[in-house]
Amino acid sequence: MDKERVDQIIEKHNAEASSLIQVLLDIQSENNWLPKEALERVAERLTVPMTRIQHIATFYKAFSLVPKGRHQIHVCMGTACHVRGAPRVLDTVQEMTGIKPGETDLDLKFSLQTVNCLGCCALGPVLEVDGKTHGKMAPSKTAAVLKNCD
Amino acid sequence: MPRINSTDELKKLRQKILSLRDPNKPCISICAGAGCIASGAGEVIVAFNAEIEKQGLKTDVDTKGTGCPGFCERGPIVVIYPEEICYLQVTPEDVPEIVSQTIKEKKVIDRLLYVDQSTGEKAIHESDIPFYKNQERNIIGSNIKIDPKSIEDYLAIGGYAALAKALSGMTAEQVLGEVKKANLRGRGGGGFPAGSKWEGSRNAPEKIKYVIVNADEGDPGAFMDRALLEGNPHSVLEGLIIGAYAIGSHEGYVYVRQEYPLAVENVNIAIKQAEEYGLLGKNILGSGFDFTVKVHQGAGAFVCGESTALMTALEGRAGEPRPKYVRSNVVGLWGRPSVLNNVETWANVPLIINKGADWFTQFGTESSKGTKIFSLVGKITNTGLVEVPMGITLRDIIYKIGGGIPGGKRFKAVQTGGPSGGCIPEELLDLPVGFDELTKAGSMMGSGGMIVMDEDTCMVDVARYFLDFLTDESCGKCVPCREGMRQMLKILTNITQGKGKEGDIELLEELSETAREAALCALGKSSPNPFLSTLKYFRDEYEAHIKEKRCPALSCKELIAYHIDPEKCQACMSCFRKCPSEAIVGGKNLIHIIDQEKCTKCGTCFEVCPPRFRAVTKISGEPVPPPIPEEARTIVRESKQK
Repeated sequence: MDKERVDQIIEKHNAEASSLIQVLLDIQSENNWLPKEALERVAERLTVPMTRIQHIATFYKAFSLVPKGRHQIHVCMGTACHVRGAPRVLDTVQEMTGIKPGETDLDLKFSLQTVNCLGCCALGPVLEVDGKTHGKMAPSKTAAVLKNCD
Repeated sequence: MPRINSTDELKKLRQKILSLRDPNKPCISICAGAGCIASGAGEVIVAFNAEIEKQGLKTDVDTKGTGCPGFCERGPIVVIYPEEICYLQVTPEDVPEIVSQTIKEKKVIDRLLYVDQSTGEKAIHESDIPFYKNQERNIIGSNIKIDPKSIEDYLAIGGYAALAKALSGMTAEQVLGEVKKANLRGRGGGGFPAGSKWEGSRNAPEKIKYVIVNADEGDPGAFMDRALLEGNPHSVLEGLIIGAYAIGSHEGYVYVRQEYPLAVENVNIAIKQAEEYGLLGKNILGSGFDFTVKVHQGAGAFVCGESTALMTALEGRAGEPRPKYVRSNVVGLWGRPSVLNNVETWANVPLIINKGADWFTQFGTESSKGTKIFSLVGKITNTGLVEVPMGITLRDIIYKIGGGIPGGKRFKAVQTGGPSGGCIPEELLDLPVGFDELTKAGSMMGSGGMIVMDEDTCMVDVARYFLDFLTDESCGKCVPCREGMRQMLKILTNITQGKGKEGDIELLEELSETAREAALCALGKSSPNPFLSTLKYFRDEYEAHIKEKRCPALSCKELIAYHIDPEKCQACMSCFRKCPSEAIVGGKNLIHIIDQEKCTKCGTCFEVCPPRFRAVTKISGEPVPPPIPEEARTIVRESKQK
C-alpha cells in the first residue's frame, strides 16, 4: 500500500488520534492486512506511539499483521450455527485447506477465520467466502463451495 | 433537498410526500436484509427490475428493497402491495411468473404462499401466517414498509413526528418524565431503567454530555439490533436525538460492529439524509437545539459491547472495561457524562413520545414494560425475529410462534441471554419472559438471543462452547476472568473428551464462585452462568460424561463412534462415495463397514444414509460391535436372482 493512499485515509479521519481504530479499519479493508510501513506512517501522522498501535492491532480481531490469502473464509461459530453443526463445517474447511483458524496457506490462496456470529442465524451453519454468505452448510456442501475458488 | 425549519414545514413535507404516492399503485417489496440477501434476495431484486422493464411496466409498478420483516427462515420474502400478498422463498426463476400473473392478472401464485404444516392451509397475507399472527410488532413492524435507504419512506409512515412533538411542545424534563413513566428498561441485557440513566446524566455538572447507540451486537445468535439498524435506521436516530434533547447533549455516536456492513452503510446514509433535511445539525426544526452524530465501527471485540469498554474503544484505544465506582452516565466518554443505550432501547423512544407512556405500559408485566424483540434460532421450525409483549411465556414463543422443533425431535432447552445467560429446561417453559423472571431461573434476558436446543444438543458441550467463546473474548485485564475461565475451559474440554474425573464439577463450581465475586466487568462476572445453569438442570449429562464416558446427546466427537448396522445396510454406496476420509469399506452388494481407525467422525455418512434405511447409527459409552465376517457381507438380492 503506498504512502499517499495511507495519507488519504488519515486525512479522511482528520488525522485525529481518536480515529486510530477507524483509520486502521480502512487500511485493513483496502489492503487485507496492516503492513509495518503503513502503521509507522499512521503513528507519525496521528502522533500515537507504535506500542499503542500494536496493542490495538492485536487486541481487535479485524486486524491482521500478516498478508492474507486471495480468498477469505469466515466460518460462523455463533451459537445458532454451533448447535446446527458449525464445528463439522469448520473441520471440513480445515481438512480441505490444511490451515487452522487465523492462518493463511503458503500459496496465499486461503485465509481461514472463525467469527462469532454473522447475524444470519436463520441460515446456520453459515460459511462466508470473500464476503458472500453461504447458508445451511453441511460438510459435503462446504467442499463444493471451496472447490469453486481458484 | 429543502431544509426543514419548523414542525409545520415537516408536516407539509410529509403531506407532499404522501400526495405524490398512490396507495393503489402496485409495489413489489423485497426484503433486503442481510439474511435474505444471503438467501439470494439481491438476485431477485435484479430479476424483478429486469422483468418489469421487459414487460413494459416500468411506470406502473414500483419495486423496493425493504428492511428485514423477521421471517428469515423463508427468505427471500416478497410482499406485493396494495393487496399485501406475501410470497416466500422467491427465486429469480419465479419472477417472470409473479410479474405476469400477480401484477398483471391479479392472480395469486399458490406455490409461493405460506403453508401451515399442521392444517395444510395457505396464507395469502403476511398477517395470516401464524409466525406473525401471535406477535406484537410495534418496533420491527415498520421494517417491511420502508426502504431503509429512503428518509422519505420513513417520513411517509409518520417518522420524526415524535421528534417534532418533543422539540416543539415538550420541555426536556417532560420528555425525561415520559420515558421514566414508561419504565423503559435497557434492551441490551442489563435491564437498567433508561429514564434513571438519562436523569443521572442530565443532572451531572459537566456541560458537555454524550449519547451513544450501542450497536455492537456481539451475542452469538442474536441479530435484532442488526435488523433494526439495517431496516429502520431513522427510528434509532430519532430516538437518539430525542434522548439527547432530554439529557442536554449535543453530540452522539453510533458504535456499530464492522461485521454488519449493511447496517454501517444504512445508518451512514440515514445520518446524511437527516443532516440534509436539517433533522440533525444546528437549530433542529427551528427549536434552537443542536445535535450531531458520528458513526464509529467496532473492530471485532465482544467485550466492547460492555459500556465502559465501548467508550474506551470510542476514544481510539483497546476496548478494556474499567471498574464502575462511578457510573458512565456521570463519568464516561472522555470523562464526561455519557448515556449509552442499546439500538432497540433507542428505537422505543419515538413510540413512547408519540403514543405516550400509558400506551407503552399496557404491554408487558409489572416490572418489564413494552415489547421485546427476540431472535429465535437454533433447532426451531420458524427461525427469525419475533417481537412479543413482555410476559409472554417461553412456551408460546417456541411453539405458537416458532412452530416447535423440526424433524420430530424433542425439545431440550432454550438458551437466553447470550454467553452471559443460561439454559432453561422444559419444566420452566411456562415462565413469563421478563428481566427479573429470567434472572431468577438462572439465565437472563440479555439482548434477546433465544437459541433452541433439541435432544441432539449436548449441554456440557454448550457450556464448553460458551466458555471457549468468552475465553477468546476476555480482554485479559483481570485475573479471575483471564485465568479462571481458561482453567474452567480446560476442565470442561476434558469432560467432553472423556477425560473428566471425580471432583471436576466441584472445582468448576469453586472457580465459578470466584469469577462471580471478583471479576471486573459483567463479562467475567456472568461467565460461569452457562456452566452453572446447565449443571443445575442437566447434572445427569455431566455425570454421564465423567463417570460413564458417555455423551447422552451423541454429540461429543471423542465420545461417540459411527457404526453401520449390518442388518439395515443395503449397500447403496451413498456413504461409501461421500465419505471424505475414505473410511468406509464397501462395494456393490457388499454390506459397508466403517474403518474406525480412518473415521474422522465428520458425520457425513450419518447424513447421507437414506432415511428409508437408517443404517448408520451413533454409539456412545459402549464398544463398537466388531465388523461382520467377510463371508456374511454379500447381499443377495431377490430381484436379481430371478
